[in-house]
Amino acid sequence: MTSIPPANAPTPDDDNAVDVIDDITSKEQVKARPKPRTEVPLASGGHRLRKLLTSRVASLAAIVIAVLWTIPTAGLFINSIRPEADIRSSGWWTFPFNPNVTLDTYNYVLYSTGSSGGLVNYFVNSLVITIPAVLFPVAFASMAAYALAWINFRGATWLFIGIFALQIVPIQMALIPLLSFFSQGLTIGELTVIPAWNLSGSQTFIQIWIAHTIFGLPLATFLLHNFVSELPRDVMEAARVDGASHSVIFRKIVLPLITPALASIAIFQFLWVWNDFLVGLVFGGGPATQPLTVRLADMAGTWGDGWTRLPAAAFISILIPLLVFALLQRFFVRGLLAGSVKG
Amino acid sequence: MLGLGLAAFILVIVVLLALAELVAKRGSKALTAAVFLAPVGLLLGAGLVVPAARTLGLSMFDGSGENFVWFANFQWIFTDSGAQIILLNTLLWVVLTPLIATGIGLLYAVLIDGKRGEAIYKSLVFMPMAISFVGAAVIWRFIYDHRGGTDQIGLLNQVVVWLGGEPQAWLQMWPWNTLLLIVVLIWVQTGFATVVLSAALKGIPAEIQEAARIDGATPWQEFWRVTIPSIRPAIIVVVVTISIASLKLFDIVRTMTGGQFRTGVVADSMWFQAFRLGEAGRGAALAVVLFIMVIPIVAYQVHNLKRRQEETR
Amino acid sequence: MKKDRRLPKRFLCVTASAAAIALAATACGAPDEEPGEELPDWAADCDTYADYGSFDGETVSISSSIRGDEADEMTAAWSSFAECVGITIQHEGSGTFESDMRVRVDGGNAPDIALFPQPGLMFQFVDNMVPADADTQAAAQEGWTQDWLDYGTVDGQLYAPPHSANAKSFVWYSPSFFEDGGYDIPETWDEMMDLTETIAADGTTPWCVGFESGEASGWPGTDWIEDAVLRESPELYDDWIDHNIPFDDPGIVDAFDRVGEILLNDDYVNGGHGGVNTIATTSFQEAGYPVADGECAMHRQASFYSAMWPDDVEVAEDGDVFIFQLPGDEPGDAPMLFGSEFVASFSDDEAVHAVRQFLASADYHNLRMTTGSWTTAHQGADPENARDDALVRAVEILHDETMTSRFDGSDYMPGEVGAAAFWTGMLDWLGGTSAEDVTSNIENAWPSD
Repeated sequence: MTSIPPANAPTPDDDNAVDVIDDITSKEQVKARPKPRTEVPLASGGHRLRKLLTSRVASLAAIVIAVLWTIPTAGLFINSIRPEADIRSSGWWTFPFNPNVTLDTYNYVLYSTGSSGGLVNYFVNSLVITIPAVLFPVAFASMAAYALAWINFRGATWLFIGIFALQIVPIQMALIPLLSFFSQGLTIGELTVIPAWNLSGSQTFIQIWIAHTIFGLPLATFLLHNFVSELPRDVMEAARVDGASHSVIFRKIVLPLITPALASIAIFQFLWVWNDFLVGLVFGGGPATQPLTVRLADMAGTWGDGWTRLPAAAFISILIPLLVFALLQRFFVRGLLAGSVKG
Repeated sequence: MLGLGLAAFILVIVVLLALAELVAKRGSKALTAAVFLAPVGLLLGAGLVVPAARTLGLSMFDGSGENFVWFANFQWIFTDSGAQIILLNTLLWVVLTPLIATGIGLLYAVLIDGKRGEAIYKSLVFMPMAISFVGAAVIWRFIYDHRGGTDQIGLLNQVVVWLGGEPQAWLQMWPWNTLLLIVVLIWVQTGFATVVLSAALKGIPAEIQEAARIDGATPWQEFWRVTIPSIRPAIIVVVVTISIASLKLFDIVRTMTGGQFRTGVVADSMWFQAFRLGEAGRGAALAVVLFIMVIPIVAYQVHNLKRRQEETR
Repeated sequence: MKKDRRLPKRFLCVTASAAAIALAATACGAPDEEPGEELPDWAADCDTYADYGSFDGETVSISSSIRGDEADEMTAAWSSFAECVGITIQHEGSGTFESDMRVRVDGGNAPDIALFPQPGLMFQFVDNMVPADADTQAAAQEGWTQDWLDYGTVDGQLYAPPHSANAKSFVWYSPSFFEDGGYDIPETWDEMMDLTETIAADGTTPWCVGFESGEASGWPGTDWIEDAVLRESPELYDDWIDHNIPFDDPGIVDAFDRVGEILLNDDYVNGGHGGVNTIATTSFQEAGYPVADGECAMHRQASFYSAMWPDDVEVAEDGDVFIFQLPGDEPGDAPMLFGSEFVASFSDDEAVHAVRQFLASADYHNLRMTTGSWTTAHQGADPENARDDALVRAVEILHDETMTSRFDGSDYMPGEVGAAAFWTGMLDWLGGTSAEDVTSNIENAWPSD
């Protein structure tokens, strides 16, 4: 009966904490640990309501919504394999009546050396940008989340609220100060605290990584904190009693336990970084580091020429996130759900 | 560069953990906390806190950033007719998007709950979430495109033509354009609502529903009196998240209309004023307005957080 | 659990087959590049560039709003220069050039060279700009008349020599349509209005117009108004763009009304597209196409429209489409509106100076005309190098020092007006707002200095 303590009970540094774990109700157990969905397969709330509507109407409505949501992307895909003249002159829905298929556009946007092509290189750029820009914020945020939740120091709550509140700073407003920090370093009065970074070409990946890390931290810290603070308190306490340091607890106990949450936040951050346009545009150093999205946005010519290449290019840019998302969708929700399913 | 980035990552983490271990051995709680929080603190300080402070300051200066103008920029926001439409649009975004996206998301989650192929249904609607706004702009161009005559390449106008109507340049007609841009964000966010709410539905303890049924509740009553209250926290998270996203919305407007034809919203016209027109003061003032608009949401979250902590203490 | 597992698999199949399609493209190898126009022999010969020095492995970055085909043509024009002197010229064309520049300059990360279409915007960055060095100045003075250089000069110091130049006050028409109808090219504005009426009476909608241009929608309208103001009087024009008179001056309202006689008349517009209400939504790229099909007789647009005609339309005096100058009030007095880009620099590096010098040379301007539809006011450039007859005409006019000509007013005015209020004002005006109200709204947007 005593195996699962309520979340957010006094933190392990509180010496009297052990005495508090006694009034555990079954209800709280459930709240603390949302059951995995498959444990209640068919009897959940929605299912029975669905019976209320006739099953057919419900199915139809579901299908309508699913179709409506899929049509735009399907249209893009169809247009991406049509010849230029077709895209220009008729809607993609006429494709079944006039099924001309070509891969020339893909070929062009991927490999052409012209200024509307070469997406292969930008694809690689996007990958190089994304991987570290996911790892850094997730790692830093998990450390911060642990400290905020389990190292019982004064002001932890307010610090956490402060970090959460930073989500409201529009990143557009942070661009110039951050960019001048990289280009001019930091000087206070006459004193140079940090010299100019002088990054150019592919070195500017560093700028992009740092910027993405910064912009990803508030949300990642917030979500991870929700998750970390729900960890079973007796486990943490047992470790403390055994004399484990915070560093050890974090590495050996917390990290393995929050792996699902880390995965979900990493996916979230991945989608954010891969799909970002502004940070890549501002902090990138030209074609050497700019991501796919930036290329895609400037792909059509000065006078709008070449816009028929956009569907193929756009489809290339959404392939990886779709793939990642399809493979890892299961992990995606868990981290987001922490702290929301309980009251 | 990727290798270098990964190496740097490993190095940084190892150093940090070693440092934490070292400090922890000396038993100082504050120092340990400091080490754990150092990266986040430094990065957020330099990357967000300083810029936020700078923006606050700038909002009281004119475009050149040299003359102090008190609240003239804010006065401009609330008196200029162009700026007023921006506030109105932002209001439309922040009211309609969370409401409709959450509503449809919940409906859909209920409709597909326990249905055969539920996961596929879910992923179809969730898919737009994985698409960049730049990509979405290309996608929706083939929906909203307009040309004279009967041959359309935009689906919406084709439907209008099929129904015997005149094709319209939707993206140039206010308020249609704003509403149609909102549709794009709803398209993106509904999947998020669906997935979270669906998971929440599955998390409702079976015994509660059982109890309701034994008490003779109709499914309708059960839905409103048991299901909805049970997933209320999840609904709130969804609404809050989508609200913040709608308030900060920038990309859809910028890539699809550039804020023309009265489609401007606060985040987008902040960009336009500050970077296109060089009105740094007005841009900063709009950013401050954005801060202020998000504050109630943050305050609400803080309230929740505190309450939760108090409940457990 | 079962269902969960099945999902990614099936979903994966869809995605994977999509990926397979993309990969199939890979198998075809690199696409056949359209071989650009071969550069003339002298241009490929490195001796041509001997005076610029040699720079091993240096990189010069250039930012502009030039993208797609136009960017490829531009890069081709400097390609052999770059190769011979050993400089890698990295060009980056952005659709958000103006705001990018603000962020990059204020953030201390400006490109080496930037091509500004708007001198007003450019000089907001003058504190960060590097003046032209002696060699570039010499090349520029040889190439342009003082009037032109003045646009890139502050306090007597030349900062930015011009790049391309566009002659704007042109009307595109179909020579065969005019011949079949027995119409003459009008010599004066009144003749043009008579012709408009005649063509309308003969059953063709005389004008086709399109203001849609994405987030810059409305700008084609500003050109109309500028042309009209210039025809009221050049002095009025100068006072207007310098804001010595308010934007809602009666003279400007007159200009709106002059344009309105055409653009707000459903009998006169919008050939091939519909009525007045289609102007705002017709894309400016495709607005003139009905001229080639005989569905519309005249389309007022700059010389660069030459690049926008579909491939099968021949631009020539005896071809499918050609240009005449938008007439003035007196015969032989047709003022010309023009636009240009200016080559500004943010770096004092020798390699950058060499590139600037080359961009100001007659060689570059001649080459650039051969690589694509392009026009220039560089005196050392031979008009015959231009791609088609219309562009040759435009270059000749740009070279003509006796022509009354003025810089595009909306590009010259502050951004709040020229790149915002004026554009939206044009759309409001089409939507039925009176010229008085439109002009006074724009006046209100003028920044107080």
